[in-house]
Amino acid sequence: MKLTRRDALALGLGATAASLLPFRAFAAADEAIAAFTGGSEVGEGGLTLTAPEIAENGNTVPVSVDAPGAVSILILATGNPTPGVATFNFGPLAGSQAASTRIRLAGTQDVVAIAKMADGSFVKAASTVKVTIGGCGG
Amino acid sequence: MASGVKPRVKVPKSASAGDVITIKTLISHPMESGQRKDGDGNIIPRSIINRFTCEFNGESVIDVKLEPAVSTNPYVEFDATVPAAGDFKFTWYDDDGSVYEETKSISVG
Repeated sequence: MKLTRRDALALGLGATAASLLPFRAFAAADEAIAAFTGGSEVGEGGLTLTAPEIAENGNTVPVSVDAPGAVSILILATGNPTPGVATFNFGPLAGSQAASTRIRLAGTQDVVAIAKMADGSFVKAASTVKVTIGGCGG
Repeated sequence: MASGVKPRVKVPKSASAGDVITIKTLISHPMESGQRKDGDGNIIPRSIINRFTCEFNGESVIDVKLEPAVSTNPYVEFDATVPAAGDFKFTWYDDDGSVYEETKSISVG
């Protein structure tokens, strides 16, 4: 087959489009979610994840989670080299099932929180954070 | 080995019985993630606080598992119920086996 200039251009465009598709490494994050939920269905609602829309410095991104009636809340950064961030387990004296902390984000990505409710169900919330300077060094 | 580790905790001095109070904690710690490289391209080994707990008179308030994605000087803010006067005990567990503790008393009145 003779490769014309038009064909070459089309191939190039196609390859660029394919590489832009969001084929990021979500496998590790999915594994972490499965380990936390034990494969149960994850619903929506009842969990609030507060994260900034744009974080200038990925080294300290303030996030807070709030899920009334939760037993524990897992926070994941799906685009980090290791997705796990923190797990909050609330004891009987917790005043509310809410907590805040500061996390590192390697780049623009979705931050996911999953709460385990007292009845054993799971709910999920996600928020996209745009990161100007990544926070994982190297 | 992390040096210069200093816990800082903010707890109100007094509260009414049954009140919900906000507690802010911070511990100065580099939280070396194990992802960074030094000038020669060698990976700097991981050294982080991997667990933080808060107890009130021996009963659990919160138990947090921390991973390398938590920022330097890990900061945790949460709410606690105060059923009576007593002591809050905060414990941080380091990767190197060190345990850092801090106690704050609260009075009810």
